[in-house]
Amino acid sequence: MTRTTSGRRPAGRSRPLFAMLALSGALAAAACSAPGGDAPATGTSAPAAVKTTCGTEPVTLKGYFETGFPLPKTLADAFTAQFPNVKWDIREDQFAVITQNAPRVLSDDPPDLMRIPQMSELAKDNLLLNLDTYATAYGWDKWPASQLEQMRFGSNGERGAGPLYAMGLNFSMTGVFYNKKLAAQAGMAQPPQTLADFDAVLQKAKDAGITPINQFNGGATGGLAFPLQNLMAAYGETAPINDWIFNKQGATINTPSNLQATQHLEKWIKAGYLAPDINSQDYAMMMSRFIGGKNLFIFSGDWESGNLDKQMAGNAGFLLMPPAQAGGKQAAMSAPLTYGISAKSRNADCAAFFLNWVATDQKARDLGVQVGGSHPMGPTDAYMPAVGKDTVTASTLAAGATIGKDNGAMDFIANATGAIYAKSWTPQLQKLAAGQQTPQGLLTAVQKDYESQVKG
Amino acid sequence: MAGPLAATVEPVTGRERRKRRPRPARLGWLFALPAVVVYLTFVIRPLLLTVQYSFYDWNGIGAATWTGLDNYVRLVTDPELSGTILHAFELILFFSFVPVLLGLAVAATIRQIAQSRLALVARTVLFLPQVIPLVAAGIMWTWLLSTTGLINQLLSGIGLGSLTRAWLGDFGTALPAVGVIGAWVQIGLCTLLLLAGMSKIDNSLYEAARLDGAGPWREFRSITLPGLRQEIGVCVTVTVISALASFDIIYVSTQGGPGNATMVPGLEIYYLAFAEREVGMASALAVALTVLVLLCVLPIQRLTRDGTR
Repeated sequence: MTRTTSGRRPAGRSRPLFAMLALSGALAAAACSAPGGDAPATGTSAPAAVKTTCGTEPVTLKGYFETGFPLPKTLADAFTAQFPNVKWDIREDQFAVITQNAPRVLSDDPPDLMRIPQMSELAKDNLLLNLDTYATAYGWDKWPASQLEQMRFGSNGERGAGPLYAMGLNFSMTGVFYNKKLAAQAGMAQPPQTLADFDAVLQKAKDAGITPINQFNGGATGGLAFPLQNLMAAYGETAPINDWIFNKQGATINTPSNLQATQHLEKWIKAGYLAPDINSQDYAMMMSRFIGGKNLFIFSGDWESGNLDKQMAGNAGFLLMPPAQAGGKQAAMSAPLTYGISAKSRNADCAAFFLNWVATDQKARDLGVQVGGSHPMGPTDAYMPAVGKDTVTASTLAAGATIGKDNGAMDFIANATGAIYAKSWTPQLQKLAAGQQTPQGLLTAVQKDYESQVKG
Repeated sequence: MAGPLAATVEPVTGRERRKRRPRPARLGWLFALPAVVVYLTFVIRPLLLTVQYSFYDWNGIGAATWTGLDNYVRLVTDPELSGTILHAFELILFFSFVPVLLGLAVAATIRQIAQSRLALVARTVLFLPQVIPLVAAGIMWTWLLSTTGLINQLLSGIGLGSLTRAWLGDFGTALPAVGVIGAWVQIGLCTLLLLAGMSKIDNSLYEAARLDGAGPWREFRSITLPGLRQEIGVCVTVTVISALASFDIIYVSTQGGPGNATMVPGLEIYYLAFAEREVGMASALAVALTVLVLLCVLPIQRLTRDGTR
């Protein structure tokens, strides 16, 4: 570089240009090897032998957590209280930032424990530690299989089976929150038992001058995906939906029952059951309006339970989406709060010990429910903390039991690929909300994007 | 007075000095070396790497595959990608034309009252948007334009309640609404630049015109406008670039929604690189955007420079 800049002295007008061109050529030549290859080539096999303890030597675990959710930090502090030799070095970012940074951080600055976004590509690039040896050592493989299947990734590129690449701090439950006072005004005496009942409540609320549903659907976060997937599960089976999310060979979202579901959602939109400005609302705005008593229903998850118990004490209720026929099976999106260990982590044993502690320690399970609001991981007969009756937390935990019984847990359709939510579901659902897309057109478009993303 | 004079005189003396004494020039490069190194490392190298990446299919971490011009072919054939460029051109209307025209009007008005305190206040108020970070401006406007925001309250207040809507969430109004935010940000810059330009126009020209019986409109057209040729050139250049390369305002206010109605190349590059992890495609779009900016800006530069010769 120095030679070209100082050695060639520009005497005329065109000389600097020549110098620049020569330099560009030199630089281009230097940079011409193909980019990439930062990821470890191997790493899919689990470590052969592992220690199931943090030991007694001082250890500093490097964490990369999600801002705005106090649970991981609280658990980390409680862990240090029990195991004083373990200290933490925690970095926090918003989920969107974590999603963007994940590959580079796991590769360049490997954390011992990290909040993991959609994990297919990270596992494929060998950035995550294979946890199978720990799973056997700690007996995680004896837990209900549904708890861990979303975090398994096979060598065929499909999720849902294969080695375990992450672990949950708890697993969340989604459904419909309602405002009890407004429900009484709309004449909803008891939770609707069928989809038709639910529609009737929506109509009654509208007639009573209450906004029936408010849902965030603005920016890059198409929240209509929540009711849509609930409707999909009411009209059809959950297994094909999960297959699609797990990228199983030949899976499609464009099915007759999903079309019925999308048409049902369109019916709600056209009937005016949704707030007219959902396309301009983000998640925070939806929550503040709901807490402010501006509408009857929202679709969200039990991460809000504790918050609603505090801010709408006694006035918030939770119900699962009713089935199409009375007595039918119920389903809900339920996903673990996923944390993984970098393939390059130096304290993998201790990080795995922490993950096991979160699921099995009594204090940790208490915190999981009280702070996180969600069901802890672990065996079905494990200790459960007592929860106040009539709280939202109690109803979301009870809903979790129903879903377990009906085997109705689904991953979220937004998690099918890394980009499907922001680039496909969101714009398509916004178009549906504005009457610019048909139900069939929506499913066709999403399926097309999905196929190109899974292939690529 | 000093502005244009210096611009035309300095290169001549500089060139002469270099011819006479070559040694200090070499020494000069030495002084420039730190800056040159930084420039090469952080501007030229990334630029070249981007060009290189644009020929690959690469997820940013694994191995890359050479794909030749495939990314560029997709750029012109995929309506979603080419649509973003159309949106950018639509934004030029708001980011560039509106601020320059309004800026001219405002600057001419302020000049008339140049001595009064009102002029100072007006200048400060109009320039404020330039001082506010774009992200803050975006958030503020998101509130103003929301369903329950001030804009809708005002409309309802004057009996135009039927016009109220979620401005940033409506397919028809989202892009213009984003454009209004941009116009609001740019108008201060344009006004200030044009005012500075006006202050350098010789007052005797105006006097002469008035003696010849010219009205204010004629004065503006025959003296002010030609005198401002360079400043207008700068305004148009800066604002056109900001329209084509816009990112922050849109990222904060709509994130490209609803349904891609406000998706612009800058945002699409970001999504491609960081959400879809198609670094090659993102690079190709970035290269195309750079070329596009140059294609738009170079003629503007030439047009406004020629006039001074």
